[in-house]
Amino acid sequence: MNRFIVPVIVFLALAGILYVGVVRSPDKSTMVSALLGKPAPAFELPVLGGDPAQTFSSARLAGHPWVLNVWGTWCAACRDEHPVLLEVAKQNRLPIVGLDWRDEDDAAKQWLTQLGNPYGVVVVDREGRTAIDFGVYGAPETFFIDADGRVQYRHVGAMTHEVWEREFLGRVPHGVTP
Amino acid sequence: MKRARLVALFAGLLLTQATLAIDTTVLPDEKLQQRYEALTHEFRCMQCQNNTIADSPVGLASDLRRDVAEMLVAGKTDDEIRAYMVQRYGNVILFTPPFKGSAIWVWLTPLAALVGGIVVAIVIVRRRGRLVEADPTEEPP
Repeated sequence: MNRFIVPVIVFLALAGILYVGVVRSPDKSTMVSALLGKPAPAFELPVLGGDPAQTFSSARLAGHPWVLNVWGTWCAACRDEHPVLLEVAKQNRLPIVGLDWRDEDDAAKQWLTQLGNPYGVVVVDREGRTAIDFGVYGAPETFFIDADGRVQYRHVGAMTHEVWEREFLGRVPHGVTP
Repeated sequence: MKRARLVALFAGLLLTQATLAIDTTVLPDEKLQQRYEALTHEFRCMQCQNNTIADSPVGLASDLRRDVAEMLVAGKTDDEIRAYMVQRYGNVILFTPPFKGSAIWVWLTPLAALVGGIVVAIVIVRRRGRLVEADPTEEPP
């Protein structure tokens, strides 16, 4: 009997390690942002629908919590989350900046005209450089940036009311208004 | 004759592979080109996680290849380019995990298992050797 104890212990230890590895393996839909707790990348990008010289700088958002939503008209899940964005935008609790990622301006403008516009401003990232700075790997992705300009949360995939309440509004300190 | 035809067929297949290559970037000098090809094979395509950015056709991979090419031309070192990727996407973007932090276990666990296995094998072999020596039923020479 004794001679089986060591192999059984080794087996259980190995099984435990593999179990933890499999359960905690990075799932595409839950990958944690590498930017959490770090300053949000600064950007200055053209404004969708503005005149060509008009740009919007992320510096203008300093001092208040805000939300960056990465989307594109080529993205099916963005269409799914759009009604949710429209509803939460009406609450007027957090400004939502849209990052139109690797998209056509005309298609994006048409999308907002047809479906409604939940964004305070939409900036155009045609070359995908700002998206890379944010570590974006798919759309939609939505970031919460606090009043100190730090990334505190990233949601990958379509926004839901539950996620908005818990992870976004839940991170706004009491008494803060947009 | 048959063999020649087979060789021709395989040569043809290789050719299609080359002409359908995803990445056609050509950098101004041969050394940069070699570093470019090595580096783009080090980074994971975050959308299609078992491909490198060198062999992924998705838009994000081509954007990341563009960034690698631009940084090489701008004179950045390989380590600076790796740091750029890790800063944005985390260690998971490296196909070869770094030998530090929590990723160190990826390297140490198999090594520990190997050493442990060798120790166990030595112990077993020695014990058996002793058993044979002590065996009273052994025939006298």
